[in-house]
Amino acid sequence: MAEKLLEIKNLKQHFNVGKPNQVKAVDGISFDIYKGETLGLVGESGCGKSTTGRTIIRLYDATDGEVLFEGENVHGKKSRSDLKKFNRKMQMIFQDPYASLNPRMTVGDIIAEGIDIHGLSKTRKDRMEKVHELLKTVGLNKEHANRYPHEFSGGQRQRIGIARALAVEPEFIIADEPISALDVSIQAQVVNLMKKLQRDKQLTYLFIAHDLSMVKYISDRIGVMYFGKLVELAPSEELYKNPIHPYTQSLLSAIPLPDPESERTRKRTAYNPSIHNYAEGENLEMREISPGHFVYCSEKEFKQYQSIYKK
Amino acid sequence: MEKVLEVKDLHVSFDTYGGVVKAVRGVNFDLKKGETLAIVGESGSGKSVTSKALMRLIPNPPGRIAKGEILFDGRDLAKLSEKEMQKIRGKDIAMIFQDPMTSLNPTMKIGSQIMEGLIKHQNLSKSTAKERALELLRLVGIPQPEVRINQYPHQFSGGMRQRVVVAVALSCNPKVLIADEPTTALDVTIQAQILELMKDLQNKIDTSIIFITHDLGVVANVADRVAVMYGGQIVEMGTVDEIFYDPRHPYTWGLLASMPSLDTSVQTELAAIPGTPPDLMNPPKGDAFAPRSSYALEIDFEHEPPMFQISDTHFAKTWLLHENAPAVEPPKAVVEKRRTMPSNFAKPRLAEEVVL
Repeated sequence: MAEKLLEIKNLKQHFNVGKPNQVKAVDGISFDIYKGETLGLVGESGCGKSTTGRTIIRLYDATDGEVLFEGENVHGKKSRSDLKKFNRKMQMIFQDPYASLNPRMTVGDIIAEGIDIHGLSKTRKDRMEKVHELLKTVGLNKEHANRYPHEFSGGQRQRIGIARALAVEPEFIIADEPISALDVSIQAQVVNLMKKLQRDKQLTYLFIAHDLSMVKYISDRIGVMYFGKLVELAPSEELYKNPIHPYTQSLLSAIPLPDPESERTRKRTAYNPSIHNYAEGENLEMREISPGHFVYCSEKEFKQYQSIYKK
Repeated sequence: MEKVLEVKDLHVSFDTYGGVVKAVRGVNFDLKKGETLAIVGESGSGKSVTSKALMRLIPNPPGRIAKGEILFDGRDLAKLSEKEMQKIRGKDIAMIFQDPMTSLNPTMKIGSQIMEGLIKHQNLSKSTAKERALELLRLVGIPQPEVRINQYPHQFSGGMRQRVVVAVALSCNPKVLIADEPTTALDVTIQAQILELMKDLQNKIDTSIIFITHDLGVVANVADRVAVMYGGQIVEMGTVDEIFYDPRHPYTWGLLASMPSLDTSVQTELAAIPGTPPDLMNPPKGDAFAPRSSYALEIDFEHEPPMFQISDTHFAKTWLLHENAPAVEPPKAVVEKRRTMPSNFAKPRLAEEVVL
């Protein structure tokens, strides 16, 4: 297997700690991200998938747990210059291309902000050239550098967001629902662009989304989250062929497919968390059903799942 | 089957400082009793404007119905006064909006929001209206309706709120229900429940539904017939099988090919539709889709294509169906699913007057 770029160990993100309205948004999840792969993260809204992404990049300080980037802990004490070094390697693309670009800055300045902060270009001319190059990479013209975000359509704005993330030449990009706000015909453009950039620049992605067919298409492996926990993690083909956890099965059965015939006949299954019937203090953890395919379950369920899987 | 609603040559324009935006440019369709008609298209294609025009919810100024008829129950809705329209809205034609977070009044208990229409349109007394409201909440599957009826929208989750919106829309047993992206803001699991619910209710009260969405998966699930809109016009229309298994318009091809299905392999590139939707202030000459289409013919840039008819129910607005047009091969994703429709005519014919 390829080398690990990122290790997430028992990551917890709780809000309002100690108050009655405490929320365990992310509650002890562990996974690795390998160099050059795309890991998809799916789940319904409020399951903690976005919080996971934001905690990894340290937009939130984790309540507990570790995020190791190339063996180095992201959280914990860091000097400004350490953080800066780290920020260059990890970037984020946000969901809403309308809200994530400063309306008072020109596109050129938005893209070049990272270049300025990290001092990546010596002269103005060099800076401008870099911006033009980035615009070209994401399929825009260099004339666009002098315009403002409101002059662009949603798909174009998302391209600007991607160009901004690429400006500091990161190794790892967290894409938080990058296509959910876009039209179907435009979604494909952005996904194709992201795949092309991954090939050209050897990027690693964490792709957060709730559109399962798109996630399957772009991801090498997929993690399914439910209420702050990772319940299943598997290579994408495997996950769709052999979903083990009842929640994953219910999620897969709910995706509407663009095929009238299969839609007429399919049965949807609903997930009822009480079927697990876990005893107090039972040891729940991610267990490996087959190579690379992990399910969150108890010892007893694990045996049950294994016997089902063998068939 | 009986026609409930007939839209003839509808034009909707918005007067702005920059000029006149022709958002809907000649739309024709009808709606039969008990059927679900899906309208698909990207944002700016005019699908929401069409549906709002049916309800006369286009703010005037700047918007106006420039031309055309909306026939409902023998009356032309486009010409009714606001007062007359108020008697129809919510009673005969009801609407479900996209965002359940904003379409309910946050300062009103959900019970009163459901009862509002009942008291106004059906002259029910407060107590009978309340009983009916409880019944409706039960119908849309909200547990403990006696408690929930006295709660405010913020006490409901997104999916539950959308159920309340459905209950409000159905309160007066409307003949036509317009659902404008009712599930776009919801999760797949909740979406499946709401779609199930709407189909269920349709069977019970025989409502006709106009379902507006850009999600082709949802269309395949709910629709009987599909209208594909582009640049303010319907470019293709047919039964759900005709649209998915025998599409004829390059834009429909593009939509179908740009969505990965679960068995699309990772190696194949998605067939994205290049470019952006047309500027409806200055609609392009000829076929509005031509600049983005790799199948565009020379004539597409000169003359707008007429509507061609492929079967009794299937229409497409593209020059490719003309007898002199060269044969073209649709994208792979479309060809793989294509099958022959038994009801097709031997040859596409020109549809003189489009009565769908």
